[in-house]
Amino acid sequence: MESRSFYNEILTEHNVSPYHKHDIENPDIVLEGVNPNCGDDIWLKLKCDDDIIVDAGFTGDGCAVSQASADIMIGLIIGKKKEEALRLADIFIRMIKGEAREEEIDSLEEASALRDVAHMPARVKCAVLGWHTLEEAFGNN
Amino acid sequence: MDGKAFRADFPIFEIEKSMYLDNAATSQKPKCVLEAEYGFYEKMNANPLRGFYPLSVEATKAYEDAREKVRGFINADSVKEIIFTRNTTESINLIAYSYGLNNLCRNDEIVVSITEHHSNLLPWRMVADRTGAKIKYLYPNKEGEFDPAAIDEAITERTKIAAMGQVSNVLGSLNPINHLIKRVHEVGGVAVIDAAQSAPHMAIDVKKMNPDFLAFSGHKMFGPMGIGVLYGRKELLEAMPPFMEGGEMVDIVRFDYTKYSELPHKFEAGTVNAGGAVGLSAAIDYINKVGFDTMNEIEESLTKRAFEAMKNIPHLHILGGDSAEKHHGIISFTLDDVHPHDVSAILEADGIDVRAGHHCAGPLLEYLGVNSATRLSLMFYNTEEEIDAFTKSVASIRERMGFND
Repeated sequence: MESRSFYNEILTEHNVSPYHKHDIENPDIVLEGVNPNCGDDIWLKLKCDDDIIVDAGFTGDGCAVSQASADIMIGLIIGKKKEEALRLADIFIRMIKGEAREEEIDSLEEASALRDVAHMPARVKCAVLGWHTLEEAFGNN
Repeated sequence: MDGKAFRADFPIFEIEKSMYLDNAATSQKPKCVLEAEYGFYEKMNANPLRGFYPLSVEATKAYEDAREKVRGFINADSVKEIIFTRNTTESINLIAYSYGLNNLCRNDEIVVSITEHHSNLLPWRMVADRTGAKIKYLYPNKEGEFDPAAIDEAITERTKIAAMGQVSNVLGSLNPINHLIKRVHEVGGVAVIDAAQSAPHMAIDVKKMNPDFLAFSGHKMFGPMGIGVLYGRKELLEAMPPFMEGGEMVDIVRFDYTKYSELPHKFEAGTVNAGGAVGLSAAIDYINKVGFDTMNEIEESLTKRAFEAMKNIPHLHILGGDSAEKHHGIISFTLDDVHPHDVSAILEADGIDVRAGHHCAGPLLEYLGVNSATRLSLMFYNTEEEIDAFTKSVASIRERMGFND
């Protein structure tokens, strides 16, 4: 399409057909993340075995950016150690602020599809909602 | 029919190339308004109402001439009934704090329509919380229309205040304020009319309308931000205590005695926004020059063009009335499976500015069963090309978001 918008195929696909938008059985951590201005609202659910995230999912609703970002994030962190997930969250949030290096952005795999949100100040909160919730989930744990 | 002939009056259209379709949030400003405000600070800047030297006298005259202009604009009896505020919100808060808190008590009732902007809702909740009065909501049908019989029933002997907007900022519906005013007067209460969305589009005659209070903002009617108006009936304003205390609203201040100024200055504490008032005065001149008839003719034609095209876009749902005539330039809508923030982001990518969100009318959206909506709002300076670009862009959104139908 002619659009200069950041709604690329990766983003729209994760929004229209999310892989991880579902409940999980017996989660160890459940945390709600909200953007009061937009009404984006997600529930992040994590199942951990020691330090490893063995399963995760999310429920809720909001704009495509918030939903796709949360979906991509979960795909990336399942099977990873808590520390690694937090490291990726840190990179993602810095990417959205326009502060991450290219090789760091590469390590985000599909999540790098959201990098153009850095040029959309109004949508930053939508993009980082899931990731902030992840940080908070582990921070409070 | 569109507003091309008037584009040149607005300097922003020469600089900013995006299509501005968020006019219910604020209007653009014609050059004559910008020049009037600039001219005040350039040629007659002194603190109005204070100095005795010629410059201050001139500033005072410019400010008071603006008040007279506003009086004529709404056909009030006296300039004493015209209070300058910052905006509609401040005007309604003034009524709530000064009239509401001092005249209501436990078990009194405030009748408010659920379609109100938060600025004509939250001040009344505050009055209810502090006085023990009750809020009673008026609900429209899904078309946004209020049943006069329901208004008659909701307003009772206990009703002390009935508050309603003349035009809804979400639905664009014209509300039956004349009926509400008549009914609340039957029971001895007062009517507060929010004219923020109507003042830029239709002539207001307070003698015919007969509200007790009426509020509007300068910035929505081609004037500057930071200047608004409260009209109040003189007897009511005279009996009310000041909203804010301070300079230039007192005649005598001794150790143990204060005598407040006469109307309207009693309600205008501190240095006033004289530049803004002068700008608003120029905005009224501009409205009178173009004429509401011309404006309405263009706005109705553009609304119809947008409405008819939007009606044919699959998965698009217009909030409120089922015909263009019921929308007064405001068309809010939802698009299945696409969040309004994504709708507005794609429109933005196509160079179109609209508003998305709850439009400061949370209870209305809750009542309509939607979380948020995207809003198109028109002004007479908009063009058919803008409307067509908007509807074309909206029609493409679902596909661009990955939906195949």
